[in-house]
Amino acid sequence: MSNQLINLMAALLLLIAFAMVSQRRILRLIYLFAAQGFVLSMNTVIVAVATKQPHLYASALITLGLKVIALPWLLHRLIDRLNVRWDVETLINIPTTMLVGILLVILSFNLALPISQLAGTITRGTLGIAMASVLLSLLMMITRRKAVPQVIGFLSLENGLFFAATSATYGMPMVVELGIALDVLVGTFIFGIFFFQIRETFDSLDIHHLEKLKDRG
Amino acid sequence: MSLSFVASQLFQTLLSVFLAPLMLGWVNQCRAWLQNRSGPGLLQPYRVLRKLFMKDAVLAYNASWLFRLTPYVVFGCMVLAVSIVPVLATDLPFSPGADVIALVGLFALARVFMALAAMDVGTAFGSLGARREMLVASLAEPALLMVFFTPALISQSTALTTIVETLAHKQLTLYPSLAFAAAAFVMLLLAENARVPVDNPATHLELTMIHEAMILEYSARHLALMEWAQALKLMTYTAIGIALFVPWGIAEAGYWAGLPLAIVALVAKLLAAGAALAVLEMVSAKMRIFRVPEFLGMAFLFAVLGMLTRILLGSAG
Repeated sequence: MSNQLINLMAALLLLIAFAMVSQRRILRLIYLFAAQGFVLSMNTVIVAVATKQPHLYASALITLGLKVIALPWLLHRLIDRLNVRWDVETLINIPTTMLVGILLVILSFNLALPISQLAGTITRGTLGIAMASVLLSLLMMITRRKAVPQVIGFLSLENGLFFAATSATYGMPMVVELGIALDVLVGTFIFGIFFFQIRETFDSLDIHHLEKLKDRG
Repeated sequence: MSLSFVASQLFQTLLSVFLAPLMLGWVNQCRAWLQNRSGPGLLQPYRVLRKLFMKDAVLAYNASWLFRLTPYVVFGCMVLAVSIVPVLATDLPFSPGADVIALVGLFALARVFMALAAMDVGTAFGSLGARREMLVASLAEPALLMVFFTPALISQSTALTTIVETLAHKQLTLYPSLAFAAAAFVMLLLAENARVPVDNPATHLELTMIHEAMILEYSARHLALMEWAQALKLMTYTAIGIALFVPWGIAEAGYWAGLPLAIVALVAKLLAAGAALAVLEMVSAKMRIFRVPEFLGMAFLFAVLGMLTRILLGSAG
């Protein structure tokens, strides 16, 4: 039963990753990110119950606090302060992005197939899905022009990695998990400062402008 | 074919046909509550239907036989469609004869007649509505087929009764691929039933309407049949959604004792589905018509993704 629940959570994770790739609004993107964090934390709880590993409860709690409450709130404040609730501009149009996404899913399922056949954990079917969500987040980072969606893509990539870690190895040691959680939090702060710097220099959050940086010396 | 089969079929069909306006009334009532209005009451659709049936029909002077025939064809198609879907029990004699692909075909037949009738009188609105409906339908139909293929792959059959028996009465299994199919199905339900992100059922504003533009020329009993057919379509879609994704509670074939429980379960699920639909409509804004292909393209891709998950993950999917 827990096996099926984990599979279902994996599917939901992938579904949300797809929804994020296809989303135009930054605000919705943040809500979807929070939803993904919630699914992730539920999944960790399920794995914890199934494998009776108490440290996974703490991990789930950290995920819940950080990725469902703290980071979305931070991002929300950030886009309010930057006044960037606009539609997200994409480099290639969204249906094409989705088609590329489907190809990525097929690729990662096929890649993960031989590995998961070797694995003996209860959650082996989910490795492909975790890989697919990582690749989808990468795709989102590539196809977005503005800085904020790229950062959300980065954070969602971390979600995918975390999911892979939980499902493939029943979670990492507590020290590693705490370290990653802190890294993500600090990373978001730094990104926030970057946003203000980028906007101050270029009057825009369009990453495109950064390409024009040339050493004039 | 035994008598109990026929009785079961007849009971389920009649129940769906007469429950459909109530379902529509419930959705409207929920919408009204969410908008802080008191609402017209649950029975309003019945009152509208009675009023329309009592009126005299007015036809445009250049309306052909097609225009007059269409309401009956559309209504007939929808009644047939709802008889294929198991709402209470899985012993439906119609079901082996018509699977989910036939169901999509029935919707298509009704749609073709509706579009032709809309263009028949020759008003600008009619052809505008017909064109838009065809735009939506041409994208929604393949996606709907794809949605059906995922549960069909799981149960190795395209007959809805077999699908329900596999999903509800074998040992309880959760299929991740069905999560994708469900997401796609909800998007299609909104598009096909002219609900808010795609069309607005409450509007008669020229530039935004799709479905309403097509039936603008109808009056009296013809309009009543068209509206009833529309309510039936919503009912059919909800019933399909219940059958595919939350089939627990539907009674097994020949198990009459399960019927009261099945009725309670059906009512509860319909109430929940109607309320969810109203909430979904409240939180989403109507999108531009040129965003609709993107919306439906997404539904199609979700459906394909569901199938892929099923195929690639094998039995776990």
